[in-house]
Amino acid sequence: MTEQILTTRMDAHPSDSHTLARYEQTGGYAALRKALGMKPEAIAEEVKASNIAGRGGAGFPTGVKWGFLAPSTPRYLVINADESEPGTFKDRQLLERDPHQLVEGIVISSFALGVNHAFVYVRGEYPRPARRIQAALEEARDAGYLGDDILGSGFSLDVTVHLGAGAYICGEETALLNSLEGRRGEPRIKPPIPAVEGLYAQPTIVNNVETISNIPWIITNGGAAYDAIGPEGSRGTRLFSVSGHVERPGNYEIVMGMTWRNLIHDLGGGIRGGKELKCWIPGGASAPWLVPDNLDEPITVQACARLGTMLGSGGIVVMDETTNVVAAALSLVRFFAHESCGKGTPCREGATWLERILERILHGEGRRSDLDLLLDVSDNISPGLRWPPAMTTICPLGPSAVSPITSIMTHFRHEVAAMVSGEVPAGV
Amino acid sequence: MTWSPATSERADAIVARYPERRSAVMPLLYLAMREEGRLTDEGMKEVGDRTGITAAQVLAAASFYTMYKREVGRHLVSVCRSISCHLLGSEAVLDAVADETGVPDGETALDGSLSVESVECIGACGGAPAIQVDYEMVEGMTPDSARALVRWLLDESPEVIRSDDLQGRFGGSPSFDPGPVDPVGAIGPFPAFGPYGTAAT
Ligand SMILES: Cc1cc2nc3c(=O)[nH]c(=O)nc-3n(C[C@H](O)[C@H](O)[C@H](O)COP(=O)(O)O)c2cc1C
Ligand code: FES
Repeated sequence: MTEQILTTRMDAHPSDSHTLARYEQTGGYAALRKALGMKPEAIAEEVKASNIAGRGGAGFPTGVKWGFLAPSTPRYLVINADESEPGTFKDRQLLERDPHQLVEGIVISSFALGVNHAFVYVRGEYPRPARRIQAALEEARDAGYLGDDILGSGFSLDVTVHLGAGAYICGEETALLNSLEGRRGEPRIKPPIPAVEGLYAQPTIVNNVETISNIPWIITNGGAAYDAIGPEGSRGTRLFSVSGHVERPGNYEIVMGMTWRNLIHDLGGGIRGGKELKCWIPGGASAPWLVPDNLDEPITVQACARLGTMLGSGGIVVMDETTNVVAAALSLVRFFAHESCGKGTPCREGATWLERILERILHGEGRRSDLDLLLDVSDNISPGLRWPPAMTTICPLGPSAVSPITSIMTHFRHEVAAMVSGEVPAGV
Repeated sequence: MTWSPATSERADAIVARYPERRSAVMPLLYLAMREEGRLTDEGMKEVGDRTGITAAQVLAAASFYTMYKREVGRHLVSVCRSISCHLLGSEAVLDAVADETGVPDGETALDGSLSVESVECIGACGGAPAIQVDYEMVEGMTPDSARALVRWLLDESPEVIRSDDLQGRFGGSPSFDPGPVDPVGAIGPFPAFGPYGTAAT
């Protein structure tokens, strides 16, 4: 069984996995040659058959999304390399250590989608990843894998690397498109979806770095081979970023279906300093937390849904027994309060409210009524406090701010209450 | 102030990378920072002229993003305070930076030598706590190594900031094996990427 798709090369050749020479020597760009001999629709069919779902957070099936692309031209492909969900650093590694894998994925995908101009939107705080992908694009162009009449196929493609400038919300695909058009990065109201009206109001596919990095493997081995990896509904491998109180933080590519215990204790090396596990965030700052009772649950989309959370961006943040959960929740809520684009009231006002309440609890000035107030304010942002959330907001950022609140109130209400009543000292 | 011929040439090359001129607003804003060390009204006017939008439209866009700065020192020290860094002591790292430089969070030194800011996740959570200097990453920091880092910045005022240098001198364990040394570095408080301002070796 295949254990690794994305990280084999960087593991085997740490000194030069990012170069064209190494990429070609390890079979790189063979998938592109194969793809250029196929009909574009046949490529899209393979992607659909693979059942790969987007790795950017929303988990939408990639083949289905591609099927929504409207017929008018020009159309665009935009790679989302805005990675800014706290706890997530996997796309950075893919960009820095195996940029040609992404470039090959971009060329194949563009050919399949009838795209002649693609973009890679890299967050502004990632200059080195941007340099690596730019260098790879230049090498690929010189070798004839990019530019006019690629490998004599008649297909032409140009790729522009675009740097963001410090705004988490630009990871949301419609905000990203506004940003790429030189505007404020505020989300657009959907519909229309980008596949119908995206960049410059033309049909546009937005996909995550990791999603598109899988495309060469899928074309080489076939969609069915990918669909044979991992449990149904959670096909393929995923690159998870593991951080926080673990002995061995890092990015781990695993076949989905492995248990949390395997990932945190075996791969991640367990909790630092021999301490006990208290809880963890399973899929980036937006995701509701899990607790040790869930350790033997499989890492799958379905199991997470059943537990009221998600794999989201793949950022796993582990907290040990000494963690002050109010301070941790405040760190997360503050992030969303600061990153709210301000366009919608429940998100802008609600997140700031939650931040203030947590702050006063942490400073020993909490009131007994604050426990209910936290939940009331949360309910206004995300009615019913369910996951996946019902929304009163324009995009899912608002409900994301609620996840840490529902998490501490579900699992650690006694700790919050004790802090409010002064039974335990507040403070970080 | 109008842009130098070299900067104009870079600007033209950037505009040519996009199907529509307006898309060049963000890279040109970085270029404007490179030209003057920070973002000015004249810089924004120049960006507007080159992308076919008004100065007000440029300002509306620029003010949305935190990395376009109207006031910033020669170097920018950004300390991550998001969840993974928080769990591993970023508050103490930020305090050490502020204490050693005398520059509190969000401020610029009176002599313009550097600015200090706390920022949200910079994608180095596996090497928490992390800092960026002019957006070049250094991971696995402690309060002491952060002090040494800003002392070095103030004493040496290096021309070029390179991630690998920082990591080698001051860093601890990174999020992942960074691979070979990257000779490119930052020449000011904006990202060292292509035409906006990079320096090799
Ligand atoms: C607030 C917010 C932030 C997001 N940030 C990112 C991001 O940094 N990277 C990413 O790929 N997707 C991000 N997404 C998801 C994108 O909107 C989009 O679903 C994704 O890029 C599609 O690619 P995929 O189908 O390959 O996952 C974000 C969504 C929201 C609502
Ligand atoms: S939380 Fe600090 S780098 Fe991600």
